[in-house]
Amino acid sequence: MIKQIFKISLMNLRNLPSRFGISSVVVVGIGGVVGVLVAILAMASGFESALSSGASNDRVILLRDGSTDEMASSISQAEVALIETLPGVAALSPELYTVVDVPKMDTGTYANLIARGVGTGAFEVRPEVEIVAGRNFEPGRTEIIAGAKAATEFRGLDVGAEVPLRDSMWRVVGHFEAAGSAYESEIWLDFPAALNAFRRNSATSLRVRLDSPASFEELTQAIESDPRLQVQVISEPSFMERQSATLRQTIKSFGYAVAVIMAIGALFAALNTMYTAVSTRTIEIATLRAIGFSSVPIVVSVMIEAVILAILGGALGALFSYVIFNGFTVATLNPAAFSQVAFDFNVSTEIVYLGMTWAIVIGFFGGLLPAISAAYIPITTALRGE
Amino acid sequence: MAFIELNNVVKNYAKGSEVVHVLQDLNLSLEAGDFLALMGPSGSGKSTLLNLIGGIDQPTAGRVVVAGSELGSMSSSQLAKWRSESIGFVFQFYNLLPFLTAQRNVELPLLLTNLNGSQRKENAMTALRTVSLDDRAKHKPGELSGGQQQRVAIARAIVADPQILVCDEPTGDLDRQSAQEILALLEILNEQFKKTIIMVTHDPLAAEHAKNILHLDKGVLVESGQTEVAT
Ligand SMILES: Nc1ncnc2c1ncn2[C@@H]1O[C@H](COP(=O)(O)OP(=O)(O)OP(=O)(O)O)[C@@H](O)[C@H]1O
Ligand SMILES: [Mg+2]
Repeated sequence: MIKQIFKISLMNLRNLPSRFGISSVVVVGIGGVVGVLVAILAMASGFESALSSGASNDRVILLRDGSTDEMASSISQAEVALIETLPGVAALSPELYTVVDVPKMDTGTYANLIARGVGTGAFEVRPEVEIVAGRNFEPGRTEIIAGAKAATEFRGLDVGAEVPLRDSMWRVVGHFEAAGSAYESEIWLDFPAALNAFRRNSATSLRVRLDSPASFEELTQAIESDPRLQVQVISEPSFMERQSATLRQTIKSFGYAVAVIMAIGALFAALNTMYTAVSTRTIEIATLRAIGFSSVPIVVSVMIEAVILAILGGALGALFSYVIFNGFTVATLNPAAFSQVAFDFNVSTEIVYLGMTWAIVIGFFGGLLPAISAAYIPITTALRGE
Repeated sequence: MAFIELNNVVKNYAKGSEVVHVLQDLNLSLEAGDFLALMGPSGSGKSTLLNLIGGIDQPTAGRVVVAGSELGSMSSSQLAKWRSESIGFVFQFYNLLPFLTAQRNVELPLLLTNLNGSQRKENAMTALRTVSLDDRAKHKPGELSGGQQQRVAIARAIVADPQILVCDEPTGDLDRQSAQEILALLEILNEQFKKTIIMVTHDPLAAEHAKNILHLDKGVLVESGQTEVAT
């Protein structure tokens, strides 16, 4: 029995090239499904990691009581001075979170870009921030540094360029990276200069680096017990989680819904192709059975062939997606933050495995039904070609 | 008991809710070494009878005994094994696998044996030599004429050295010249290689090549030639 399976499968596979036409329809069909599936999942995964990457346990965000985001928050200079003296605070940056309109690189239409005024402590609070081109801004001057993704997504953010923000011109003096986090989609400027330019007198939020994650409780206690401070303390991971929860959920469920619908459609398309591929061989299979081959080896060998074609298709689709999409940067509106978030498609090994699994499942079931029906209808019926 | 013996064989097909009575209480016995031509109008049940003898179909009632085996009592995998050892099939449309060379097509039945690759090749070449096509061993069916394809199919039918050949209109798709070659070949296989042959044909000239002729009409055998029909 095993020998029969082996011999028929070998014969089948050796002759795959002679059935190039129908085989390639199966391969391309499954490849298309896996390609799209991988692309969608890579998008969801890239988006997720852009939103939550770099969140750290020893960092906290301080917002006005009752505010849910930085935009709608405000913390006075006096409060900042008080907080600076509290226990557990290792570094602190008062920040002014604003949104400016800058033309997009590809279309030239204006879109929202986060302009963040940061205190001198910002780089101590976020040690992952690294100047990759030019230099940092100098305190008090109308200079900005642009996140690497902002610089590729928006026009006029090259080092040396001048950008009009509100009433004054600002010079781009450098580009920074921040370990792939959402900060890379922002531009940063000096906090006092920003207050001045945007005619504000208080920070929107505070970023604090703690001595250690354990200081979180201590700081929260100290702030809550001081009646002069109307401020809430949120850890960075939970802040990011909160900022992106809805969007992330939307993208994820959308991605999976599309993937599942496509996979079901594809399953039927693949079933259909497989059915045609196998039923054109019904008479061949009946002839083999008349000669004395048993049904099981025939089913198994058709299955092996189907699964191998599916694996080829899956690999082709995944490779195609990888080549086209991996690292491909796109931007989308983050409705929670009223700003553009740029992220990379992330074609990870897990996603490729998932795509391959789908391919094998499609190949398996696509091959199983026609193989069984071809191997178990009465030989005489099959030979009559009806 | 005769080499091939059918007793009170009935074969019905269910067609929807209707029952088609194809063979009715049929009796037949053939001796080893016979060459029988089975004739009759279309739909009279010739192929059905041939398929029962070849073990790819089972009777609704009655006994089919071929070469000492009672086919009705065998499971489908036992039947498959029995066919691979005892029966060679020749079909009207050759039924060669289009993507295999003539030699590989002929080797197919040997995949069920314990022969190794070079033995299989050797036996396939011997069979092809018997049908005078050893020079076309590397050709695929599409590169051969109808008559040549049928000769490859005959080589495939004899390569495992079965005692019986069942041929369903083997010349039905061939011109007169090619048909003559096939029939001459079958005669040689019957006379020199001692194959028992049952051949369905519509063509009286083809039937002439057989030792005996039987007519089937509406599922009943009508005697002609010298074959004794059991009653
Ligand atoms: N699998 C089947 N299911 C239903 N009816 C069948 C089946 N096989 C044969 N029949 C019917 O049985 C009858 C005899 O068929 P069979 O093929 O044996 O005839 P035949 O004598 O070989 O005819 P032909 O000369 O046209 O080949 C026909 O009416 C046919 O429709
Ligand atoms: Mg017939």
